Amino acid sequence: MTALLTTEGLQMRFGGVVAVDGVSLAINEGELRCLIGPNGAGKSTFFKCLTGQYKPTAGRIFWRGKDITALDPFAIARLGVGIKTQVPSLFDGLTALEGVCLCRHSSEAEAKRRAMRALERLGIGALANRRVGLLAHGQRQLVELAMVVAPEPDLIILDEPTAGMSTEETNRAADLIRELNQQHAIVVVEHDMQFIRAIARTVTVFHQGRVLMEDSAATVFADPRVRDVYLGKAVA
Amino acid sequence: MTVNVRTALQIVAALIVAGLAAWLLPQYLELFTLINATVFVSMGLLALSLGLIWGFGGILCFGQTAFFGIGGYTYAVAAINFGDTTWAVPLALLVPTAVAAALGYLMFFGRISDVYMGVITLTTTLILFKFANSTAGDQWTIGTAPLGGFNGIPGTPPLNFPLDPSNQLAPEQVFVVAVLALGICYAVAKLILRTRFGRVAVAIKENELRAELLGYDVRLHKLGLFAIGGFMAGLAGILFANCVFVSPTMFSLSYAGQVIIWVLVGGIGTLVGPVIGCMLIQALTTYAGTLSAIDPNLLLGVLFMLAVVVVPKGLLPTATTILLRLMRRGEP
Amino acid sequence: MDYAVVVALQIVSGVATLVIVSLGLAVVFGMMRVINLAHGEFLMLGGYTAILASGQGVNLWIAILVLPPIAVGIIGAVVERVLIRRLYGRMIDTMLATWGLSLAFIGGVTMLFGNSVTGISAPLGSFEVGRFHVAGYDLFLVAASVAMSLAIWIVLKFTPAGLIARGTMQNAEMAAALGVPPDRVYALTFTAGAALSGLAGGLIAPVSGVLPTMGTAYIAKAFITVITGGAAMLTGTLVASGLLGSVLTIFTFLTTPVFGEVALLVVAIVLLRLLPRGITGRFLRRAL
Repeated sequence: MTALLTTEGLQMRFGGVVAVDGVSLAINEGELRCLIGPNGAGKSTFFKCLTGQYKPTAGRIFWRGKDITALDPFAIARLGVGIKTQVPSLFDGLTALEGVCLCRHSSEAEAKRRAMRALERLGIGALANRRVGLLAHGQRQLVELAMVVAPEPDLIILDEPTAGMSTEETNRAADLIRELNQQHAIVVVEHDMQFIRAIARTVTVFHQGRVLMEDSAATVFADPRVRDVYLGKAVA
Repeated sequence: MTVNVRTALQIVAALIVAGLAAWLLPQYLELFTLINATVFVSMGLLALSLGLIWGFGGILCFGQTAFFGIGGYTYAVAAINFGDTTWAVPLALLVPTAVAAALGYLMFFGRISDVYMGVITLTTTLILFKFANSTAGDQWTIGTAPLGGFNGIPGTPPLNFPLDPSNQLAPEQVFVVAVLALGICYAVAKLILRTRFGRVAVAIKENELRAELLGYDVRLHKLGLFAIGGFMAGLAGILFANCVFVSPTMFSLSYAGQVIIWVLVGGIGTLVGPVIGCMLIQALTTYAGTLSAIDPNLLLGVLFMLAVVVVPKGLLPTATTILLRLMRRGEP
Repeated sequence: MDYAVVVALQIVSGVATLVIVSLGLAVVFGMMRVINLAHGEFLMLGGYTAILASGQGVNLWIAILVLPPIAVGIIGAVVERVLIRRLYGRMIDTMLATWGLSLAFIGGVTMLFGNSVTGISAPLGSFEVGRFHVAGYDLFLVAASVAMSLAIWIVLKFTPAGLIARGTMQNAEMAAALGVPPDRVYALTFTAGAALSGLAGGLIAPVSGVLPTMGTAYIAKAFITVITGGAAMLTGTLVASGLLGSVLTIFTFLTTPVFGEVALLVVAIVLLRLLPRGITGRFLRRAL
């Protein structure tokens, strides 16, 4: 079976700094994968390589076996990849429904149907006609998520979805992501350990631009190296 | 739904106003005033073209006059050579559109920033200005049309009825054509903004990254809108050539600056605003020109600075806000 | 042989002129990320200062080299206080406001001095290279461009103000967090940029003649040079001037001055398609 998304020796270098250094990993259909690591581990840079915002300085990215390393973000999105950025990226001047309706689809009626369904799936159907710029932070996160899921992508990539959320909201987000996972493969880039615990699936740990380990959540949390990384001790 | 109704009403209203103006004004205005009014209308179309791409596409074009001038010059040269304006008009629409597309390709596909875009477009029009100024003399003829350097082409032929070169339009008829062109372009712009292409273009202005992550090719949408702006500016140039004549002034820094002022004063993010702003400021500078105590450039410059500092949103949006506030206060 | 020498001299002086007219703009752009659209009018005001001063019997060198930067520097400081300061952080609005300023200066000066060319004759005569005459003042302009660049380099590299300037160029927020008030940095930058533009106006006045719209003859070239150069104000301007100045002069030689400028624009646009953040956005990034 070919994996959905694979990277091979991905490297991203900024001047003298190597932010991502030879990362190879594979995401399978229907998988829910967490990428964790302390600040500066290279997670976000890796995310931007996956989404086409950065062009990696070495290595390759494959989508169902096809090389997509050189594609621009819009072309990657068109393959069926939904992308949510860390800071909510929205159309503040539009209503939630109008914004979600902008997703690509076959017809206007289809767009509206899908948009409404996406909003309802995320429990914000009531906000459909509210101006996005006037919504609270948590609601904005959900609107953005609705834009991501509306085209029903095969894979969703989320960058720190719980940033700025309360504990309660974080737990709810974890439930939501597990539920979305029933239909989409998901990659979550996160550094909030509590959130990862709540999701509890396969975890890839980044450290200094490389993959430190990749295993089930339980094993990863039990590993002393991971604890050291998060507490800032150097890895021997 | 309500948005569609409102768009439809605005379009109908604009077409009615244009129709009334085309019908009534030629009956009441003196010829000289009517020709001046035609100039205003052609400038209004130029303002509309910039209002569309800047206000709704976020494209910072400081040299919209480049397409205005190219449209005018192409029209004049083609009309002189063909001896008939029937095919000169489509050619004079095609050339500025193509130039806008080519320039847009280089700018948008290079993904250069706003500041650079402003400078590149401004420089383009300034260099065209210099080029047009340097075309005095016999070696600068295209076919049978001398470009005329600083003096331009005073003998720019007026429009004729299609395929009937001997039957030229009278100034009154040119005015009617200009007013209808402005009304139709406004309607077309409104309609474009309601299509998916238009809504995506507006979305790109709001948030380029999000539009891109939704799978839209940002560069292509900007290019398309920019080319449409070039088309409308070219049409404005043809109309201008019909009531004045083409000369390097069409490319000049002062014209390029004026278009920006019209849009700024009228209000970025509206389509009527820039046209109104254009009419007001044109009227003001024309009046100042008759005073001769104040240099029109000084007046324009001061207005420009005031527009940026005092009413950055533009007159129309500011006036609307104030009006709404007053109306709300009036309610019990 | 003589011809080659003369052509080479022309290219060098073309590059030098481009450096001179671009540096003031480059300083403001490099530090504030703002294109001052009134740059051309700062040149024009510098030119008028030189003309008026020499008309009053002031020594020519003082009229060209000393008074214009002082006068235009003061004007720049006032403009910064009254106009630019209100628009910090709004780069596009700043550009628009300076455009208004540009029109206002053109209009104001036209009212004061009329719309006609005045000039002063270039000092230093000419010397012979084989069969050709070369103006001594052209060589002086080359020397002046080198001196101006060197002065900026020394200020940036070796003075405390230069250190702050370099810090602000790298990261304005960080510099502000370290206790450098950004508005004072910007005020000084704008004043210094204006003074440099004024000096440039004084320097070119004897070659170009002076009239209210003389700025427009130079701004297109200066804008293009600065944005092609990219973020590093000095290196960028020098490299871009070297490249574009050569293109300009060579095409001017082969065809006409207008086609020289058209070639300059085309080269610059294609270059920006390839290097969207200018030459120093890609190469020589650590340069000043």
